[in-house]
Amino acid sequence: MEFRYLPMTEQDKKDMLSRIGVQKSEELFSDIPENIRFKGDLDLKEPKNEFQLMNELTKMAQENVTLKSHTSFLGAGVYDHYIPSIVDHVISRSEFYTAYTPYQPEISQGELQAIFEFQTMICELTGMDVANSSMYDGGTALAEAVNLSAGQTKRKKVLVSKAIHPESLAVIHSYVKGPGVEVVEIDHKQGKTDLVQLESELDENTASVVLQYPNFFGQIEPLDEVRKLVDSQKKTMMITSSNPLALGYLTPPGEFGADIVTGDAQVFGIPAQYGGPHCGYFATTKKLMRKVPGRLVGQTVDEDGRRGFVLTLQAREQHIRRDKATSNICSNQALNALASSVAMSSLGKQGLRKMSWMNIQKAAYMKKQLQLNNINVVFDGAFFNELVVKLDQNIKEVNRILLQKGIIGGYDLSQMDNRLQNHMLVAVTEIRTKEEIDQFVKEVRDIHG
Amino acid sequence: MADQDFPLIFELSQESRTGFSLPDLDVPEMDAEEMIGSSFVRNKAADLPEVSELQIMRHYTALSKRNHGVDSGFYPLGSCTMKYNPKMNEDVARLTGFSHIHPYQATETVQGALHLLYDLQESLVSITGMDTVTLQPAAGAHGEWTGLMMIRAYHEANGDYGRTKVIVPDSAHGTNPASATVAGFEAVTVKSDERGLVDLEDLRRVVDEQTAALMLTNPNTLGLFEEDIEEMAAVVHDAGGKLYYDGANLNAILGYARPGDMGFDVVHLNLHKTFTGPHGGGGPGSGPVGVSAELEPYLPKPILTKVDNQYQFDYDRPKSIGRVKPYYGNFGINVRAYTYIRTMGPEGLKKVSEYAVINANYMMRRLQEQYELPFDRHCKHEFILSGKRQKKLGVRTLDIAKRLLDFGYHPPTIYFPINVEEALMIEPTETESKETLDAFVEAMIQISNEAKENPEIVQEAPHSTIVSRMDETQAARKPVLSYKKGEN
Repeated sequence: MEFRYLPMTEQDKKDMLSRIGVQKSEELFSDIPENIRFKGDLDLKEPKNEFQLMNELTKMAQENVTLKSHTSFLGAGVYDHYIPSIVDHVISRSEFYTAYTPYQPEISQGELQAIFEFQTMICELTGMDVANSSMYDGGTALAEAVNLSAGQTKRKKVLVSKAIHPESLAVIHSYVKGPGVEVVEIDHKQGKTDLVQLESELDENTASVVLQYPNFFGQIEPLDEVRKLVDSQKKTMMITSSNPLALGYLTPPGEFGADIVTGDAQVFGIPAQYGGPHCGYFATTKKLMRKVPGRLVGQTVDEDGRRGFVLTLQAREQHIRRDKATSNICSNQALNALASSVAMSSLGKQGLRKMSWMNIQKAAYMKKQLQLNNINVVFDGAFFNELVVKLDQNIKEVNRILLQKGIIGGYDLSQMDNRLQNHMLVAVTEIRTKEEIDQFVKEVRDIHG
Repeated sequence: MADQDFPLIFELSQESRTGFSLPDLDVPEMDAEEMIGSSFVRNKAADLPEVSELQIMRHYTALSKRNHGVDSGFYPLGSCTMKYNPKMNEDVARLTGFSHIHPYQATETVQGALHLLYDLQESLVSITGMDTVTLQPAAGAHGEWTGLMMIRAYHEANGDYGRTKVIVPDSAHGTNPASATVAGFEAVTVKSDERGLVDLEDLRRVVDEQTAALMLTNPNTLGLFEEDIEEMAAVVHDAGGKLYYDGANLNAILGYARPGDMGFDVVHLNLHKTFTGPHGGGGPGSGPVGVSAELEPYLPKPILTKVDNQYQFDYDRPKSIGRVKPYYGNFGINVRAYTYIRTMGPEGLKKVSEYAVINANYMMRRLQEQYELPFDRHCKHEFILSGKRQKKLGVRTLDIAKRLLDFGYHPPTIYFPINVEEALMIEPTETESKETLDAFVEAMIQISNEAKENPEIVQEAPHSTIVSRMDETQAARKPVLSYKKGEN
């Protein structure tokens, strides 16, 4: 078998071993004790040539139903949006994707500046002062925010709305075990966080209040009221997780006084790809700048006075501060942050607002059509691009029928909350046409009977 | 912005210029402001750039030229395994059937994707010698934390609440002690000895009934195989602790040794290192975790299983540490790693390590005359030099690194590990040709001569890059972290 990634010839090997002063390469492994040396062959499939392997993997890929082969109304944190062609052309430039973290600024200005631009765009959208270079995803970014709030306020209790993404909630529960933070879940009522319960749980031990805006049901949480409640306790922080596309039209959390805003930029230029890699973001106030997890790019000048960019405030990070670091994060989602930057640049000031607005329009149309057909749309509040319908049947079964009609139905809410049997979370993005929405309504009505 | 500065994309913006193409609104327009409520509608649009598509393409093309990747030139950045990123992997990850699938689709509709993931899990089980693998963690550090949380859950399940310490060698990656802290442990350092290996005496001293785990990279960050590993494992296990393997350096031992056989209980891998996931300028990565049968109940949920030839997720895991990430890992990176493993097979992967180790030893032997070699023994896939001699001449390791830029190379990792003075950590990887290694060695020899004869040329380097050394102090003292019109 030939290995096209391995350039060493037999002659090279001979010359190099001789320069090293050994006869055989095995001698270089003589420090591995005999007992633990692996002597067999790894139990892996035999290698395939490029053409055959491509064929095999293409077939494997074709076994999947896709967001292209079917019309999707599935969202719940991962969305099917317009991705400008230019995005993939930019991130396919291998100077970007084959580079490491930009630790050598003289030969990494491209990446550093691209991240600086990303940070700026996230600040603009969220209304915050500072954004980092990215996190793994929206869920872990939110969990890091929770732990930051506990560390900063030296308090051990956080109030987390049950109307946030259920998997973000699950990740928060895992992340708080380290620092030993107690999570008090605040229930949802009429599709929004129950502010009465929130108020009753809020006290001087509360590090932060965590909501999603718009929330998991698509509903727009009243951040103004939440802020007022939070202000009753000195030091308590307001943390939101926000779909950044929604912030193209909605008032940003920063304007409501959020202390930390996190979320996922998957909506900008990143395909669903079965849930990852996406692109978490983390934005906060100037006050918390030195507590931010992960990498930050800052502007400076070189010896000749030229503007340039560097990784900065690194005394927060694991490679400098080790066990005292603000987080253990090292690798992030830089290439996806670049993809999102390109998508946000393409959309620009007008396009992003328009795209956000179109999501509202299409989802509103869906709601209207569903109601005209006597399908129960629960929750009355204002919403972004997702809404909840209650049907007579089990959603899994509904989705099975829809699939036969070429439709990927919405998220089965009974998975996150037992009380929401027969409830489906329906996402309608700007790329869904009137025709597709009408067809969805018709099929659901037919099933619903 | 001054005339000499390279523009930010915001500085190219002209009002009303567009770079997008959205579908027309084909439904009756409603009053969005009324629906949303005016206090929840932004009163000022986010100030994103208004640029045409060509402007965007030129901007980012120019930025890419201001960046060095593996495809641009040699990148011997120690501990990062900057090997070639196969182009086929990129094509496979972009197949519609992999890139445009939703994590909440019914599992029956994504059997192809799950088949791939399952096969990848099995492959990693074989490569590591562990019993089970999860693909959920997003990156190496995330895997470390996941593994430590499992160890914690294991001890707690045994009623063993006093195990509060995680032992980390002084040569360890910064993520190890950081992960220990984030997982709620106290990091305790164990020293290295004059061989560059963990000091067994010191290990015996620090291990006690409070030890939850020892975290270890093997080969270690000095590029040396911890040959006392069996004894170390016994010391830790006898005290009731667990052994954690940081897979950052797995590229050295594929098919030669397996963490599972060395006695490790938990392993994380960096698919973006050993298994050619591109580094992407800092990410995304993928950090699968493998465990022994004893720790299997604590794996993050869900677990991907195969039942009657159908792939599905098992959520019924009462002892699980819970979820560590939404959905199921960085699928796109896992697809790349799988493609690579299928390209190489068992024979190819073993050659990977053989050649990576030959390359490193060859360079080490060629450079040891000019540079101090702190540990004179066979290395694995990387090696450490010290710039001590050059420092006496007034040339620091940082200067050597900057001078390498003039030759078109990305410098090695510098000042790490922290237990070696003026460290230079060089990892050539197996995908580099002898000609490349020789040319790099010649450049290093030239720099060593310059340090003696003409130190200024090194001290003032780089001379040929688009910008010179950056004022990092100013960046940290007066942080400017975003663009504000007219201020940058």
